[in-house]
Amino acid sequence: MTQTTAPVPVATEVERAPRARAGRVRRLTGSDRLVLGLMVGVPTLIQAVLIWIPTLLSIGLSVTRWNGLALSGIKPVGLDNYRYALRDYPPFWPAIAHNVIWLGFLALVATPLGVLLAVVLDQQIRFTRLYQSVFFTPVMLSLVLVGIVWQLVYARNEGLLNNLLGTAGTNGAVDWLGDPHVNLWAALIATGWRHAGYIMVLYLAGLKGLDPSLREAASIDGATGRQTLFRVVFPAMRQINILVVVITFIEALRAFDIVWVINHGTNGLELLSVLVIQNLVGEGQVIGVGSALAVLLLIVSLIPIVIYLVRTFRKAD
Amino acid sequence: MRRPTQNVRHSGTHVFLLAMSALWLAPLLWTLYTSLRPKEVTDKYGYWSLHGPFNLHNFGTAWTDGDLPRYFVNSLYIAVPSVLLTLALASMMAFAVSRYTWKFNVTLLILFTAGNMLPPQVLAAPLFEMFKHTPLPYVLSTSGSLLDTYYAVIAVEVAFQLGFCTFVLSNYMKTLPGELTEAALVDGAGVWRQFRRIILPLTRPALAALATLQVIWLYNDFFWPLLFLSSGDRLPITTGVNSLQGQFLMNYNLIAAGATLTVIPTLIVYLALQRHFVAGLTLGASKG
Repeated sequence: MTQTTAPVPVATEVERAPRARAGRVRRLTGSDRLVLGLMVGVPTLIQAVLIWIPTLLSIGLSVTRWNGLALSGIKPVGLDNYRYALRDYPPFWPAIAHNVIWLGFLALVATPLGVLLAVVLDQQIRFTRLYQSVFFTPVMLSLVLVGIVWQLVYARNEGLLNNLLGTAGTNGAVDWLGDPHVNLWAALIATGWRHAGYIMVLYLAGLKGLDPSLREAASIDGATGRQTLFRVVFPAMRQINILVVVITFIEALRAFDIVWVINHGTNGLELLSVLVIQNLVGEGQVIGVGSALAVLLLIVSLIPIVIYLVRTFRKAD
Repeated sequence: MRRPTQNVRHSGTHVFLLAMSALWLAPLLWTLYTSLRPKEVTDKYGYWSLHGPFNLHNFGTAWTDGDLPRYFVNSLYIAVPSVLLTLALASMMAFAVSRYTWKFNVTLLILFTAGNMLPPQVLAAPLFEMFKHTPLPYVLSTSGSLLDTYYAVIAVEVAFQLGFCTFVLSNYMKTLPGELTEAALVDGAGVWRQFRRIILPLTRPALAALATLQVIWLYNDFFWPLLFLSSGDRLPITTGVNSLQGQFLMNYNLIAAGATLTVIPTLIVYLALQRHFVAGLTLGASKG
């Protein structure tokens, strides 16, 4: 759901279904090997050139100074860019703090809300489909549109929120997106609005795929609804739980579009991802510093990525 | 399994769900309401008022003054080739890693999956510089390089989506019984025929789900066009609609109308292919 809804891969349970008895490449004829080689080679080349090599180049550029013009102008500077970012670059620590708050909000508010909605809607209640459609609607919208729609809500005198509060047009009207003390939280509510719906869909699919005999067994054993949920359902959903945690973590690091739409990520809305881009395209063009920030972002991102890959591929082998 | 006592408990549930629904719908309904009201009326009575008339004039103005048709067409130029290329390449790669065992098949699949999870900003600087330093004849690109071209956007979109699609499709193909292709092998069918005639047709449900999902994702993507396209008239709709804010300044009525128009194609795809879309989002999240 990339923005960019992050299109994040979804875990599969280990397939117990009849697995393909994979063919051996050695038995193949020459032309079959060529076909297979192309089938693997072309996608791999694209990945290598546009993903893996740029990742390595990012690390390379982070220890250089360069204005982006002639390649001969690239000068090695060691760890200067990192030193500058950590010590002297004013928006760095605020951005880190904002990313941590972003993660905290998603992990403690938006994701649990999505899970709660899924658990509630998984019961046999009336209009459950209708409710699901309502909570799902923001997931279809781009984060740009989410930003625009919420700007209409947050506008100081014209917006829905201040009109509901009765402060619109008065001196007491809060400038929700302009005031650096509150705008991060305003942006988080807009993000959470979409994120909770996304988590709800994923979790609901997991709950629907759960073996119904688990719950029946629990209720025969006399477990209450709450006990069944916490002792039986949640543990059985381990695979989805991990996925939801990983998605939450990655979404917090990928956050970019909404704050860019609001004010290009300034004045209280600095995020690590935004600083990378400001250093790349802004005046000054400090590619080395931007790359150093990108590498820091990469290192943090590797945590959820590795957790996810280990969980997913360990069993599959 | 519904017992009569549960109805009492469910009334509390409905209060909660209704309150949440109101929270969820309020921003959307407010946008729609604002878009239906002429600027003169909201200027006079304020946005928080019930005065009519209500009409579609803002939509017409946003459509023509905002140059929306051009943005919509640009979105097609990017989304259609990207989705087709991604699915074609991903299904071939998935076939090769899931139906055959060779030395690095799992390693490659892991690297593909990992690449797709990176924040795009990590790759922004090197990709931007790579494209800037790749000369193209002026017949193909007005910038003389890969910057400001659709090739750049499409290539990166394909590369980024490839990992996810390969992962999903390979999981799907693994569940198809091995006997299928073994029988074909006995009949003397080569690798390509097995892929094209046997595996690919059976993968159709997963392809349909992925295609729906990818169309919406690419339509919604903001970042790569923002980074690579500098000419305003080449932007796709999601990146372009952001520039309406500058163009229409404080005219919230027009901004709301532009935003509403932008949602319509997504809404059509979603309503027409709802089953596929939700299946795509949750592909593999549940068994089967």
